[in-house]
Amino acid sequence: MGTTRRPTPDEMLRLIQAEEEGRARGRLKVFLGYASGVGKSFRMLDEGRRRKERGEDVVIGAIQPQTSDEVADCIRKLEVVPLLFIDQKPVMDVPAILKRHPRVCLVDGLAYDNPPGSTNLSRWEDVRDLLAAGVSVITTINIQYIAELGPRVEKITHKHVTQSVPRSFLYNADEIVVVDAPPDTTSQGEGTTAEEDSARARMLSELREIALLLAADVVDHQLESYLRRNGLSTTFGAQERILVCVTPRANARPMIDSGRRNADRFHGELIVAHVRQPKMRPDYQAALESHLAYARKMDAQVEILEGDEAVDAILTFARERGVTQIFVGHSLEKGWLQRLRGSHVDRIIRGADGMDVRVFPH
Amino acid sequence: MQPTQPRGKLKVFLGYAAGVGKTYQMLSEAHELKRKGHDVVVGYFEPHGRQDTIARTEGLEMIPRRRVEYRGTAFEEMDTAAILARHPEVAVVDEFPHTNVPGSERAKRWQDVDVLLDAGIDVLTTMNIQHLESLNDHVWQISGVRVRETIPDWVVQQADQVVMVDLAPEALLNRLLRGVVYSPERAKKALENFFQESTLVALRELALRQAAHEVEFRQDGLNATQSAGSGPQQPSEEIPAPRVERILIHVTPDPSTAMVIRRGKRMADYLHADCFAVAVHKQADAESVPAPEREALERHLNFARNLHIEARLLQGDDVAETLLEFARLNGVTQLFLARPQEHRVPAFLRRNLVHEVVALARDMQVTIVAERKRG
Repeated sequence: MGTTRRPTPDEMLRLIQAEEEGRARGRLKVFLGYASGVGKSFRMLDEGRRRKERGEDVVIGAIQPQTSDEVADCIRKLEVVPLLFIDQKPVMDVPAILKRHPRVCLVDGLAYDNPPGSTNLSRWEDVRDLLAAGVSVITTINIQYIAELGPRVEKITHKHVTQSVPRSFLYNADEIVVVDAPPDTTSQGEGTTAEEDSARARMLSELREIALLLAADVVDHQLESYLRRNGLSTTFGAQERILVCVTPRANARPMIDSGRRNADRFHGELIVAHVRQPKMRPDYQAALESHLAYARKMDAQVEILEGDEAVDAILTFARERGVTQIFVGHSLEKGWLQRLRGSHVDRIIRGADGMDVRVFPH
Repeated sequence: MQPTQPRGKLKVFLGYAAGVGKTYQMLSEAHELKRKGHDVVVGYFEPHGRQDTIARTEGLEMIPRRRVEYRGTAFEEMDTAAILARHPEVAVVDEFPHTNVPGSERAKRWQDVDVLLDAGIDVLTTMNIQHLESLNDHVWQISGVRVRETIPDWVVQQADQVVMVDLAPEALLNRLLRGVVYSPERAKKALENFFQESTLVALRELALRQAAHEVEFRQDGLNATQSAGSGPQQPSEEIPAPRVERILIHVTPDPSTAMVIRRGKRMADYLHADCFAVAVHKQADAESVPAPEREALERHLNFARNLHIEARLLQGDDVAETLLEFARLNGVTQLFLARPQEHRVPAFLRRNLVHEVVALARDMQVTIVAERKRG
């Protein structure tokens, strides 16, 4: 998830406006899992049951066929709005739910594809309609059904899935809860070899990691919007954000490589920035272009900053974007000690409040 | 001494605040194990007056706690000896980061757990992310709370499994307001520190990222799937093979050193790098270092050792040169230094260690660690 990034102020403004408009909307809560059988449906139903016991008006809008006794027990305690059938294929009965208009509707399997002839192609669009009508929804999804994660998950599972929900739909959820249950890797499966079991354990572990990181990203978005709503600018998110500052003469590749490795290890964000300078020599311009092209190839966000004072431009940008590490280069020429004092590097070190500064020799 | 037997397995239920349901989930798993025929006991359980959780202990064998007198007050601690004597297959031990009352055989509960594991007993335990040593500054920055009971990261890394016990902060705040988590007085106090919504959200993100890191850390032992894209990022052919990183942390008597050590060690853990901590004194022999300074250095070096960092005290007239010489001899790729303090003396008149190190380190990266402040 190295490509997720912090929203710009404009994006945040749009988000907040959307939130204002959404006051009358129902609330969306998502239980996120990484495989079937981790207990998402149970968590959803259990929450529905507890809410009902506390006096909330809860119905089941859609539920997958279940086998476990615990789940069946929960279902018995809740009101069910029966599914509709189109060509013997089930679909959630949105008009019936809207007519019944409960406070909370439980919808299992958010990524489910509706049969042809349904009002909406997918169940997540049904959920969107329920939310718009003021019905709160608690739902479940597996990470393999999140559109943007599809290709990555497919590489791990070697299974192609056609159903999908856009990630932005999850980012707009009011609550997301990861249902984390590590795979039981202690016992060998029936009729499988130890190697197959180990490969399966690895596969589940990778999926589990993706689910945890996705949840962390959603939480990061929530933190952003909370801080902005409350006019706070403190940068104490848990995500590492690395800003690599490049100049034409910088030995940029090692800095960008190092930034990439760091961002990957921390599942953080990599930004490569340059402060625009007027009337740059053609050979410098060419060197800079090559640095920035390399940065893009390494999947960094490239930013050209404006400002008369390079150091100020960098620090202002870094604060705005919640950067945690700034990478800068310095050249070592004769008289370095004098040059270092009051140099750009020195001023960045002094000005980078709350950020680590990593200095690269050139 | 115990006969040689396989060490027990450790499973940690990780949360981000009291009341997210760690103990409840741990006890549920204990019931599940018992149902499957395993011999399970509760070694230590902290009820916190939570009815749901207390009900969950029903049907599980409890090992009575040990009473300990300290300065005229009676404390109750886990009875490790009794658990060893009972020798179950699985022991449930709440509150992994707990500090035992002075005079106990071991200072920390995680050390008691270590003894149980050594005896071949599997342990289920609980902890909150706030207690992880390397995140101490970050947690302080988020919450304003300086957590004293910490667990070195390597202790958690040794666990066989770390499970995230997740709950949305809103649901947690609801539980707190309904009086499920704490008594009304404690709930009021809690709302003033950890239980502010922004704090909870930030701690939760920390916990999720840490859980993901723990999962990834344990993948190395598993067979790779057929695909090459097993890692989080597709390594493209342009990326040179990751070089072996070695991190050197400069230790001084200054209190900011603890922050530099935590940050450097965390970086080392994430980069799978070796980690050294080095202090330099100018005196001809360590004995002649002024006592307060020597004590602070020793304290910081011991702190580093407790985090499994190789720590040394070196002698040298020039701090920067001594650090760099050690770094070169040991193949260090990155140096971690504290940010220079702001002085009244104009910058151009001062010797500045950062300047000197940066100027000398022509073959290494130098990281100047920011002082984490409360915003």
